[in-house]
This record gives sequence, structure tokens and C-alpha cells, in this order.
Amino acid sequence: MTNHYIDFRNADVILNMGSNVAENHPVSFKWIQAAKDKGALFIHVDPRFTRTSTKADIFVRLRSGTDIAFLGGMIKYLIDNNMYDEFYVKNYTNASFIVNPKYGFNDGLFSGYDSTKRSYDKSTWALEKDEQGIPKRDMTLQDPRCVFQLLKNHYSRYALDKVSQITGTPTADLEKVYKAYGSTYAPDKAGTVLYAMGWTQHTVGVQNIRTMAIIQDLLGNMGIAGGGINALRGESNVQGSTDAGLLYHIWPAYLPTPRSPWATLADYNKNNTPVSKDPRSVNWWKNRPKYVASFLKSMFGEKATKENDFGYAWMPKLEPGQDASWLNLFDEMYKGAFTGFFAWGMNPACSSAHAGKVRQALTKLDWMVNVNVFDSETGSFWKGPGMNPKKIKTEVFQLPCAAFLEKEGSISNSGRWMQWRYKAANPPGVALPDGDIIYELFKKVRALYEKDKGTLPEPILNLKWDYETGGHFDIHKVAKEINGYDLTTGKLMANFVGLKDDGTTSCGNWLYSASYTEAGNMAARRKKTDPTGLGLYPEWSWCWPLNRRIIYNRASVDLDGKPRDPKRPLLKWDAEGKKWIGDVPDNAVPPMGTTGAYPFIMKPDGVSSLFGPGLNDGPFPEHYEPLECPIEKNLMSGQRINPAIKVFEGGLDAFATCDPKYPFVCSTYRVTEHWQTGVLTRWLPWLIEAEPQMFCEISIELAKLRGIKNGDRVIVQTQRGKLEAVAIVTFRLKPFNVAGQTIHQIGIPWHFGWLHPKDGGESANLLTPTVGDPNTMIPESKAFMANVSKLTKQPAQPAKKTTKS
Amino acid sequence: MADKSFFIDTTKCTACRGCQIACKQWNKNPGTKTLQQGNHQNPADLSASTFKLVRFNEVEVPGGEPQWFFFPDQCRHCMSPPCKEVADEKAKGAIIHDEKTGAVIFNPKVKIKPGDFKEVREACPYDIPRISGAGIMAKCTMCFDRINEGMLPACVKTCPTGAMNFGDRKEILEKANKRLEEVKGTYKDAMLANTDDVRVIFLIVDDPKKYHKFAVADNTIGITRKMALKRLFQPLTSLRHMIG
Repeated sequence: MTNHYIDFRNADVILNMGSNVAENHPVSFKWIQAAKDKGALFIHVDPRFTRTSTKADIFVRLRSGTDIAFLGGMIKYLIDNNMYDEFYVKNYTNASFIVNPKYGFNDGLFSGYDSTKRSYDKSTWALEKDEQGIPKRDMTLQDPRCVFQLLKNHYSRYALDKVSQITGTPTADLEKVYKAYGSTYAPDKAGTVLYAMGWTQHTVGVQNIRTMAIIQDLLGNMGIAGGGINALRGESNVQGSTDAGLLYHIWPAYLPTPRSPWATLADYNKNNTPVSKDPRSVNWWKNRPKYVASFLKSMFGEKATKENDFGYAWMPKLEPGQDASWLNLFDEMYKGAFTGFFAWGMNPACSSAHAGKVRQALTKLDWMVNVNVFDSETGSFWKGPGMNPKKIKTEVFQLPCAAFLEKEGSISNSGRWMQWRYKAANPPGVALPDGDIIYELFKKVRALYEKDKGTLPEPILNLKWDYETGGHFDIHKVAKEINGYDLTTGKLMANFVGLKDDGTTSCGNWLYSASYTEAGNMAARRKKTDPTGLGLYPEWSWCWPLNRRIIYNRASVDLDGKPRDPKRPLLKWDAEGKKWIGDVPDNAVPPMGTTGAYPFIMKPDGVSSLFGPGLNDGPFPEHYEPLECPIEKNLMSGQRINPAIKVFEGGLDAFATCDPKYPFVCSTYRVTEHWQTGVLTRWLPWLIEAEPQMFCEISIELAKLRGIKNGDRVIVQTQRGKLEAVAIVTFRLKPFNVAGQTIHQIGIPWHFGWLHPKDGGESANLLTPTVGDPNTMIPESKAFMANVSKLTKQPAQPAKKTTKS
Repeated sequence: MADKSFFIDTTKCTACRGCQIACKQWNKNPGTKTLQQGNHQNPADLSASTFKLVRFNEVEVPGGEPQWFFFPDQCRHCMSPPCKEVADEKAKGAIIHDEKTGAVIFNPKVKIKPGDFKEVREACPYDIPRISGAGIMAKCTMCFDRINEGMLPACVKTCPTGAMNFGDRKEILEKANKRLEEVKGTYKDAMLANTDDVRVIFLIVDDPKKYHKFAVADNTIGITRKMALKRLFQPLTSLRHMIG
């Protein structure tokens, strides 16, 4: 999130699209209600009418997988009707920048496409620079090669009728949303967007969000109170784990994982440190070498010296172009690439797309360690449906771990707040906190290396591993290491501004520097002071970076530092005191004026990107159909699917498009009562009582077509697998009219699994395809093709006749 | 302790069921075995193990989007509880009306015969009383043990949106009436249900039957059905108190 949950209350218009906020983030609805109480308009756009929709002032349906068409239509509408914030667009975005003349777009393909590699050479997507290396601009926005004109031209194709044919949304509904949300283009109006997996889990996931980012830029809604792009995270600490480098492609705090050609630290820094010759661009990432050196000092302590590149050589490297994300990882496991696997706090046998393939992959292992609070379909995969335990070689070790109330530590929520939590009870039996398990495990690994001299011992033997007090793991020592030290004084860093690239500072995660200082543990603060009155609560917990509650907040002021929205002054420049008042400013430099620093300091050009040359599938978002879709032709171009996606072929991977055997669009989703695969919630009697079994929601029309009654047991099937579910026949789903064709949408939750309860049903991910977004590889679980049919042998239980759900 | 009341604002209820679960947790009520029966409402009904139940009811709107009503059902803690009137005759001490708070409490130490229980249940215009296999009646306790310690009832404490409210009756009535005024512009049928007769006041904005068969009492509240027959020809006080 650029903003915070509490900040929803500052919005005039809230757009919830690609998520179901009332059901999946129920507590956050408090702040939507607070906004509504002040007269805010709440819009929900979703294929399905949900508990969220009941509270919406405007509810509009779209076919799953057509968000870019929907939002692309909004971009056109805003430009056509002059509903954009001209000052903001000119000054704070790259609208005026001139694009390379070789850039082009034709029939769904951007310039530089290589169909054999299914990838782009992005060199023509560049911005033009002058002799000094400063981007060329046309502040009148009239140059045909300026970003604004290219944007206008690109989305001129997204006319209401065309969009309606693709999305299945009536044109009147489209206009209703465009007009309502577009009203926030006025500087004193704020519009915020809340999204989640409904946007990300598509083969165009990143571009879904990019399209909205473009809209927020056009409306001047970034960096302001009541605005921003707000990802509602699916787990309490998913923000924190991403910040901490959980994913393969990043080290902590978004430092790229090194690739093998970058043999030295100098190579790494050269390839990963953006350069700007524009004196007005702060280009904060120019500091990357300081954060890298400090991170390596944190990893290897005294063993990291200037002479040995601070141990850079000991860090694992990816091959060029290697994508080691989830889908590839399990594809490799399926092919037998691994001997061992730690399934730590996860349940891939149910959570992974194409879970049937994952379950087979687990049989290829020699050993697996399953760390969790309860047993799961992963820990017990070897005795699951279709498995013969006698024929499975995988040796499984089950390690019980402490639940969240049974350990101390921090959690970072969606709003980037790092909040300290205390232990409330001891874990049962021999269960230990995850930190203790990892800490002890590594000590054993190191002892084995010392004894047996394993391959490449240096990283193992040289790792700094001294986070204990009195022989026990000490979470505070880890928190301090994350904050970092001035190694010349031994004192905790005050913040990351003082970090150096010469080995005199250490820092486990530069974004978290200032969270645990000599003044104490900032994440443990619980003061409810609210000096701005906007609900920033600067002394409640701690927020990265630097306790800045709303990032890019200098975009909320005019060139002189005056708030553009006098009702919600997030920041203002005190000319006499020469300081900013309000939130922690996004860089303390004076107001931009006509020669000062631009507000988007993390972008190399200092402004927000309407034209985004960095992604793998294009600088402007473009509508493509999901890999499995119900229509033969993309109405927008000759490219039916995203040209840059990786298509997994052969083996268990199979796909069906426009196949009469699988005629319905299916989405997986969550309910309030369960969490993820249900590995925690299915064992809780009150929650399983409220949502006891796998269901499939279908429309009245589809039920008639298939002879299904409410409460009937049905089979839901895709090219990959099938499962049983109870039909919920509901008015809340409706067929779509897509280019004259009737398209039915069905939906299933992914919280169930065979292990418990016995009559709960199987995982929805037995049905989902192995395919991901070309930038993130997040799987396409929101739009794939399925069939639903009545199970001929119905159980004896009575089913209600009325439609009441 | 002053006279207490709840205000349940259904316009703010998202059916997250936090109240239903928190109620079970505080009262140490077990989760019962349920099945998915084509309906998100579960368990299907109140029981001796379920004192608070969010009812879901979907209504078709021809040519438009459906309506989906949520009704966090519970005992209304009537000002003159008809259940007690019956129980006093059938099983003395089974139902207690706390003078200070107004809470209507089923005494877990007093058993009742099935036939007598049937009469108690029939006396309730909201169909709340339930009985355990052991012959003990059960329902919402107003979290009597919590409120006596100055804490909010568990359902109110857990509600994220402000749908569930609790406090001194005077303040709750003010809050309810203020909210009614606020929503009248949006919902012409907005009403407070049986305000004068109960301590759990629901704000509903459509035909009560769309929420739940027993959402609002008809004019027999305060008397058993048998007594109602007796009084059939007497002038009736309008107890279906609708404001707006």
C-alpha cells in the first residue's frame, strides 16, 4: 500500500475492484464505513455480487479477466472528457516526456517482439534524452511522440461499445463508474483504489495494476491523503515477508538477487544502480551500493571485508534470465530436480495452482520437512487420494511450530506498519517459534560443515549467526540487526541515511532502518497522537520508510509546497522555518518550484510513469484474454493471449480454450471464515461450522441449463482435474453478454482439502492451470475454463429448495 | 448500573460473522456439525450452542441486482419478557429478569420439561429460546458476566464496522434515532424495530420479512399467544413501533 487502511476514511470515492474487501479484509471495512459516514461513494466492480457489493453505492459486473479493457475504457473516458488533473499530469508524471521514435504498437504487439522467445527486446521503449542526458519534454503535451499523446492514442481503441463487448458490462454501467471515479480529478477530491488477488492472479496481473496506476496519475490521486494504490494483502505479514526478501528475485529491501555474470560487487552495483543526469531527480536508488554493502556486512560480519567484496562471492547467484519462482520451482521438482524440500508455513498441495501436479512433484523428493501448526495435505500428501504410500520414497519430517500468539516479534501489515507483538501463551508440547527452529537448524548445519567439510563451505562457515542471549534465540537481536549498526561506534543506526558502502555500517534491511534505534523499539510504540488529524498516527508502531505514512507525499503539494487539497493537508512547507510540516516528507528537500527536486524519488526520472518501460509485457497495459478463455478472438487485437507469458507444455499441463467440454469461466476465491488453504481454520470448530464444505456458486440461468438445484452435489471439472462441491444457486451470479455470446461465470473457494474435515471437499487448485504473469509468475487462478454438472448420485442429506444464500 | 440496550445497525453489517464466532468463544459454546446446503448461513438456526446467528437472505430484484439481507439475530431482552411470564408458571426461577441491566437470563441451573419449553418458545415473538438435550434453556446472556465487569458484550466488542452497539439505554436510543434520521434519505422504509419493547433495537431498511421471519414482532409482543386470544377483543396498544 502507498497509504494505509485507516486512510480509506479520507477518500471521497473508493473503488474496490479485484478484491472483495468486506469478506476478505473484514476489519478494514471499518474505514470504508467511516468514509461512507462522511458521504463518500463506494464502488464495487466484480464478476460476482458479494457481501462487499451489498454495501456499495455502485455495483457493476465484469467478466473475469477483462479488467484492462474496463480500466482502459476509463483512461479514454477521462482524456476525452478532460477529467484529468492537468497540473499533476504535467508536473508529476512523465506525460510530457518524449518516447524513442522506434517505439511502436501494432495489432496487440509492442515493438521489439520475438515470437520464438515469447519476449520483447525493450530497447525501443526508451525515453529520449538531450545532450546532457536529461529526458526531453514537451510541457504542452502536444508532441505526437510525447507520452500523453501516445497514451491517448493507445486507449483511443477502448471505446465504450468495444469495452462493453469484451467485459460484458453494459455501457451505462461503465459510464456510471467512469463518471463517479473520474470526479476525483479535482485537486480537492480524493479517490482510492483497493485491490487484491482479483487483479494479481491473471496472466496480465501486473498490467491490471499498472492500468489503475495510470488512472490514479491522471486524476492526481497518488501521494495524497485518501488516494493511492492500495494492495490488500492476503496474509498478516505478507508485506513483511516480501520486504524481507522471501521471493527468489530479491534480497531484503528490494535489492535484486545477483546474476552469475555479475562476478564482483562492482559488476553488481554497475548493473543495478540507476543513473540520472537530471539534477532535479533525487533518484534515491543511486544509494543502492550503500545498502548492498551494509547488507553483506550484516550477513557476514567481520568476515566481510572490502578486500573480499564483503563476501559478495559467497551469495548464491541466479543464471541470466532464470526465473526461480513458484510455478517453475514445482515444475522443476516434478521433473526431479530436487532431493529435499522445506514446506515451511505453507500448504502447496492445496495452495499451488495445478495442485495435482504439485502433489506428484512431492513424490519425486527424497525428503521433505513440513513445518506447520497443524498437519496439512502437504505433510500427509503420501497418504492422500490416489497415492500409494508403499510406492512413495519421500521421507517426511513434521515439525510443529508455535502459532502467532505463542511467539514474540514483528508483523508488517499492508500499510507498511511494522507492529511489535508479544507472546501471549506458551506453544504446546515441543512446538517452537519458527525463529528458534531456523536458528537451531542452522547451527546443526554449520556443525556438520565444520565436521565433514561440505562443498562451498564459506557461506555457511562465515555467516554471522549470533542472535542469542543466554543460549536461546533472541528475536530482539534480529530486529536490531535488521535496523543496522554503525560499526565504528557499535551504536544502532538512527536511519538508513547514514549507511555507507565502505563496510563501516551494517544493515539487514535498509527500508527498516530507523525501526529499532538507540531510542528503543519503534515498532512497539502505541501512542495515539494524530497531529495532522488525518489518522496517520505517527507514534503508533513504525512505518517504512522512515516512518513515512503516505509515500510520494510531496505530490500532494503545489510547486510552492502548499497543499493542493486544503481539506486534507498532508504536508506543507514552512518557508520561515524551512521545513515540512505534516507527514514525514518524501525527501526533505524544499518544494519543487521550477528548479527543485521532483516528488517521485524512487523513480530514476523523479516522476510517476504513465509510460512504463520496465515491464516484460509492454510500456502500456493492453487487453489480452486469459490463457483459457471463452472467446475465439480477442476483440482488441490479433493477439489472443499475453504474448509474453511462458506456456508450460506437456506432462500434466493441459489447457482448454473455447472447448465445449469446459464452457464456463471459473474463478477461485476466499470466504471470510477461512484463511488460505484452511490449514489453520479448518481445524477451528466455530469456523468450519460456519463454512463447512466446498461449494460452487452458479447463476439461476446456468442451474436451469444444467438441471441443478440449490444444494445439489455437483462435479466441477477442468482439463487438469475435478472435484465435488455443493451447488449454491444464486441471483448473485449472472451470465454475461460477451460480443453477443452468453458466457456463464462460476466460482469456488480454495479453502478445502481432503485431510480435514473428511466431508469438507478437495482443493480448488486441482483445477487451476500452471500459468503465470510474465513479470511475477503469479498464477492465473481467477479466470480459467471449467465445466459443472450435477452429480448423478446425490447423498441422502436434505437440501433446501429455496434459494437462500 | 443503568438500564442497558443494544443497537444493531444492519446497514453497517457485512455479515463477517465476527459476532457469531465471538459469542461462541466467550460462552464456550461448541461448533456444531453442519453441512453446506446451498446457503452461506450456517449453522442453519439458533440452538443451545448458538446464541447469536447471522441470518442471510437473498432476494431477487427482477431486472436489477439482487438484495442480500444480513440479520445478526439474538435475544431482544424484552422490557416485559413474555418468556418469563410463561416460565414463572412452569419452571420457577428458570428465567430471571435483571433489574439493573434489564438482561433476561435463562438460569442454567433450572431444568424445564419439553412441553413447558414449547410454551416458553411460543411466547417469544422473536423465536429465540432453545433447549439443550439436558433440558436446560439457552440463549444470549447479554454477556452478563462481561457487562458486570464494565466490558462490552463479546459480539459488540468484535464488530469491526459499528453495526453492533451497546450501552446505557438512553444513549443507545439517541444513537439509534440519530442513525435512523441519517439513513432515511437513502432508505425510505427505514425503521427501528419494536423500540419501546426491547433492549435490542434493530435498524432495518426494508420489509422486515426480507431479513427474517421473526425480525420484527407483530402486535402480540408482551403476551403469550394464548393470552393474545383472550385479549382479542380488547383495545390493542400499538406495539409495532415504527418511526418514520
